[in-house]
Amino acid sequence: MINLDNISFDHCIKCTVCTVYCPVARVTHLYPGPKFSGPDTERLRIKNPDLLDDSLKYCSNCKRCEIVCPSDVNIADIIRLASANNPKRKLSLRDLILSSTDLIGQVATRTAVIVNWTMKLSPLRRLMQLILGLSHERAFPQYASSSFSKWAVGLIQTQETYPEKVVYFHGCYVNYNDPDLGKSVVQVLNRLNIGVVTTAEKCCGIPLISNNRLEEAKKHARHNIDVLKKAVGDSDMKIVLTSSSCCLALDHEYENLLEMDTTSIQGQIELITKFLYEAFEQEETPSLKPLNLTVAYHAPCHLERMGGVVYTVELLKKIPGLNLRFLHSECCGISGTYGFKEENYAISQAIGQNLFDQINDLKPDLVVTDCETCKWQIEFNTAYQVVHPITLLAKAMGCQNILKTGEKKTGS
Amino acid sequence: MKSIETDVVIIGGGVTGAGTFRDCLIRGIPAVLVEKNDLASGTTGRNHGLLHSGARYAVKDSASAVECIGENRILKKIARHCIEDTGGLFVALDDDDPAYSDKLIVSCRSAGIACREITRQEALQIEPNLNPQIVRAFTVPDATIDPFRLVSANVLDARERGGQVYTHTRVCRIMTGPEGVTGVQCQNRLTGEIFEIRARVVANASGVWGEKVCRATGIEMKMFPSKGSLIIFDYRVNRVVVNACRMPADADIFVPGDTVSLIGTTSRKIAYEDIDTAEVEEEEIAVLLEGAERLVPNVSKTRLLRAYCGVRPLISLEKGTVDGRAISRGIVLVDHEDRDGLKGLISVAGGKLMTYRLMAEKTTDLICHKLDRTDPCTTNSLPLPGSETKGRVPARRNQFKGISASVIGSTQYRHGERVHQILKSDRKNDGLICECEMVTAGEVEYALQHLNVEDIVDLRRRTRLGMGPCQGTLCACRATSFFIDLKKISGEKANQMLVDFIEERWKGIKPILWGDALRETEFSYWIHQGLISTKKKSETPDEV
Repeated sequence: MINLDNISFDHCIKCTVCTVYCPVARVTHLYPGPKFSGPDTERLRIKNPDLLDDSLKYCSNCKRCEIVCPSDVNIADIIRLASANNPKRKLSLRDLILSSTDLIGQVATRTAVIVNWTMKLSPLRRLMQLILGLSHERAFPQYASSSFSKWAVGLIQTQETYPEKVVYFHGCYVNYNDPDLGKSVVQVLNRLNIGVVTTAEKCCGIPLISNNRLEEAKKHARHNIDVLKKAVGDSDMKIVLTSSSCCLALDHEYENLLEMDTTSIQGQIELITKFLYEAFEQEETPSLKPLNLTVAYHAPCHLERMGGVVYTVELLKKIPGLNLRFLHSECCGISGTYGFKEENYAISQAIGQNLFDQINDLKPDLVVTDCETCKWQIEFNTAYQVVHPITLLAKAMGCQNILKTGEKKTGS
Repeated sequence: MKSIETDVVIIGGGVTGAGTFRDCLIRGIPAVLVEKNDLASGTTGRNHGLLHSGARYAVKDSASAVECIGENRILKKIARHCIEDTGGLFVALDDDDPAYSDKLIVSCRSAGIACREITRQEALQIEPNLNPQIVRAFTVPDATIDPFRLVSANVLDARERGGQVYTHTRVCRIMTGPEGVTGVQCQNRLTGEIFEIRARVVANASGVWGEKVCRATGIEMKMFPSKGSLIIFDYRVNRVVVNACRMPADADIFVPGDTVSLIGTTSRKIAYEDIDTAEVEEEEIAVLLEGAERLVPNVSKTRLLRAYCGVRPLISLEKGTVDGRAISRGIVLVDHEDRDGLKGLISVAGGKLMTYRLMAEKTTDLICHKLDRTDPCTTNSLPLPGSETKGRVPARRNQFKGISASVIGSTQYRHGERVHQILKSDRKNDGLICECEMVTAGEVEYALQHLNVEDIVDLRRRTRLGMGPCQGTLCACRATSFFIDLKKISGEKANQMLVDFIEERWKGIKPILWGDALRETEFSYWIHQGLISTKKKSETPDEV
């Protein structure tokens, strides 16, 4: 019996809008585009799995093809599955390292001072390109000296006292690179009289998926579904996230790509901006201090894929004094771990060039985005600091120790 | 008037004609092939493309079964690049007569066909999309064969041995003299040029159209045309040939053919006058989908590409027969000298796609006899061009640096060893013309130069251009430019050719116009009517 869920390629009418919209195909002839790599060659791979093209590796999994497809074809998923199911596939040490965000994060936070310093050394980066294939030109993210999850342990008792609670899935970035963002989330929610629960979460799995480690990703998904299920129990408690890509993983990839049973947490996963927007609409918007700043908002591809941009934008609009400017929808080019790889570095930079030019023309005080890897890419390529929408909101709500503008950029 | 001298004229560019043409040239007999449309444009190209093991016939017609398994083994050796050795299954459901399954095993054994019963689980492993409700399953050595490639390869070989081919050329008249048949007078339907081919033997291999050819000489040879319809699905829904384990009936064979799958057939008597205009009926679509759904549940919810029908050339041996009792389903070879007193004319009809080589052998034996020659037949061991190397050796990737594996694989699949003449690692040559079926500029050029291609419909039969999900929407215009460049056709002709091609595609889509096929057609309509504003088709003259 044909499993109709697995044959979305069958609906492709060859309109080619995905290939027109693909940021990778726009800048390099090495990638023939999502239509060719997805639905077109899927028919051939069904005939003969050996007809798998090497060029599939250039897909960055930004999912912009899926955003524009008028036929509801899961183009990026088709490409992902075809790459991951390749029996001849070998996992390189580089891809293993890049996709093991948990492990690397744990080591790096313990040795943050040394790691952050050594990763700036050009000879070391050149050596890493030579040995691992990591682009030496790329600046690597800075690690915090103490993780968010460690800090959150001390919270448990105080958070218990709140009448309403949410589970916060902080993700690896908040945990290892930017615990301050997580602390802002707690402060914002607490001010709204909402307590925050954290779990023994693992990496959401997006880097594993992008590096074709689907079996590993499934293990992470199973673990995360279990701990989240335990945390929410039978309640309809929301699970909120600050990272748009983690949110995509939990809300979309677990069920559709990894074929996990997500019924126990279904409908409870929300990006924090959506959660707050709805909370403000239902209750009332707390009093916000004016922020007299010009900020440029960049919508991450994965947030566009989920249709969540509107909530972030509407939330930011509530901040008085904020001169909110929208950057034209463009992929920044980093796509998680994609732009860190030697062979993708030039492609990644070329993809993002339009976006960088827009930002430079606009000369904002700050750039705002919901995605940590977009932040790294923009900070690496422009002179502007990039912050999460919650950071701005926290500042407007008068939370402590938030955002000292003019401070050194955190990402490079 | 231009006149060509040869020994044999073969009328009909179907598989029988092409096979006979090749056999003649291999035996050193000069021959000319005349086809009124394109190669494989009649019954040959309008069936399942099933390389029978013979199991389908074993219970009812053991002689056919023995013939099939014999040819099955030969073709798997000589036509490797036209064949995919998928293997086949017979599957019985609850409501199938259990006695048939038992008979199948016994009959296959006596015909020498390897048939083995397997468990339900094994069958589902071989064919995951199979109906899980099956009660019994058997493996048989069925395979698939591409009739377009088969005909093209036969003709290519004959041409490389000096044979001449005239496609889109109709026979106006069979010329006779006191000594019998002296040749044929033809007209090129594209240029209007009339010419004659003088020959000692005229072999009428025009299948169901053979009645008309004979009628032109005053000879009666009655055909009983039976229409068989099929539906094509968007992709390979099954890996192996799936047969319903019951007496042959409508919609009982599901065949994976290259990138698609086909369910068929029906069997409907039609009037002889209707053989050129036969269409797939709504009722047949329902019957076919029901049969398909029985073997592969949910298949009717996937995309249908098109439906088409062919006309079987069932022939009556007796003169003056009106009922169907004397109809033969086997190979019929008629020497009209013996039967009707007309020297030099022979007719061959009946048979099956997969017994074409045997038909060609018998026909060529008779031709030899007429020409007082004794050359032996060697087509049972001489591989077709493209099939020289044993097995389907994948082309070494490094020979085609920079070309996608999917493009190399598809080209080799279609042309076998000739892939080396087609793919060259330069960007111009490797540009994709048909994106659904991976047809490159190089392949289009090769077909236009070597494979008797006169229009885009012909090109489709040689390359699969336009046979994929978009049914020519994107590739038709690109392909047209090659005809302008290489064939030097005028803009007006090019436009007409483009329209004819799209109309031909539309004919097959019409019977299944719903779901994704409807959305696709709308898209095609926007492109061709809205954007390019392709002109409406004008009337084309009728043919004999």
